[in-house]
Amino acid sequence: MKFGVVVFPGSNCDRDMQDALEQDLGQKVLMLWHKDKDLSMFSTDDCIVLPGGFSYGDYLRCGAIARFSPMMQSVIEFAQNGGKVLGICNGFQILCESGLLPGALLRNSHQQFACKNVFLKDARNEVYKIPVAHGEGRYFATEDILNGLEENHQILYLYCDESGHVTEAANPNGSMRNIAGICNTERNIYGLMPHPERACSSILGNVDGRKIMHQLFFAESLVS
Amino acid sequence: MSFTVQIKVMPLKDLLDPQGKAVMGGLKNLGLNGVEDVRIGKNIDLRINASTEDEAKQIGEEAARKLLANPVMEIYEVTVH
Repeated sequence: MKFGVVVFPGSNCDRDMQDALEQDLGQKVLMLWHKDKDLSMFSTDDCIVLPGGFSYGDYLRCGAIARFSPMMQSVIEFAQNGGKVLGICNGFQILCESGLLPGALLRNSHQQFACKNVFLKDARNEVYKIPVAHGEGRYFATEDILNGLEENHQILYLYCDESGHVTEAANPNGSMRNIAGICNTERNIYGLMPHPERACSSILGNVDGRKIMHQLFFAESLVS
Repeated sequence: MSFTVQIKVMPLKDLLDPQGKAVMGGLKNLGLNGVEDVRIGKNIDLRINASTEDEAKQIGEEAARKLLANPVMEIYEVTVH
């Protein structure tokens, strides 16, 4: 399995992601320029990552313009053919704007940029400490969509407290139902607001991000 | 002919608008206590070359639908001037 990390103008977590994948997880990584289109070196066993940052200056809406870049047309096709795609933070916003994941990410309800460690839990109730850094991370979707996400086990991570309780106080941005990360029904497209790539190296004092990466990429099947 | 097409984009009615909320606080501090609610959207003006007003409006509608507004979180209104 190899990884492609897309670099948009304004991406700022692309190198962090490359470092985490190469240095901490020992994976092969190719950097992909937004103006290119070629993904022929990737098979559906591989993964394309849309990193965090402020693509196209967050103009209009976060992720709205990146969606129309040449590389995104190829990424959308790759995803529709079953290839794995992971969007972190701005990448998650791009996936929602592209219609590859349902819903949207709105301005944080408390009107502030959230930059801190938060706790997440997965469907197995395992708790992880992972940093967030965003101003527009409030996950929003209609009740019908939210119910569908729950029924199909598409909610990958919820914001919780240190002991795994899903509370309003543990929600850093006002996301509906404390949603931090979701996937599509086919389970090959993942989007999350927190940054696991910033928590993969012991020198950074936190390696919980490695567990998230392993779970997303190397687990037999994604926990549901 | 050249038309100015104005696209007004607003957050959906039921959605919390944190920007509007912050501005509301500012207006209260100004002493404008009669203000009950503030909601902030965007105004986008397009110069469109088209043969009729209808055609210009259609292009504006398409721009709004496909890029300028996101129906998950916003509504829009297109007017030709």
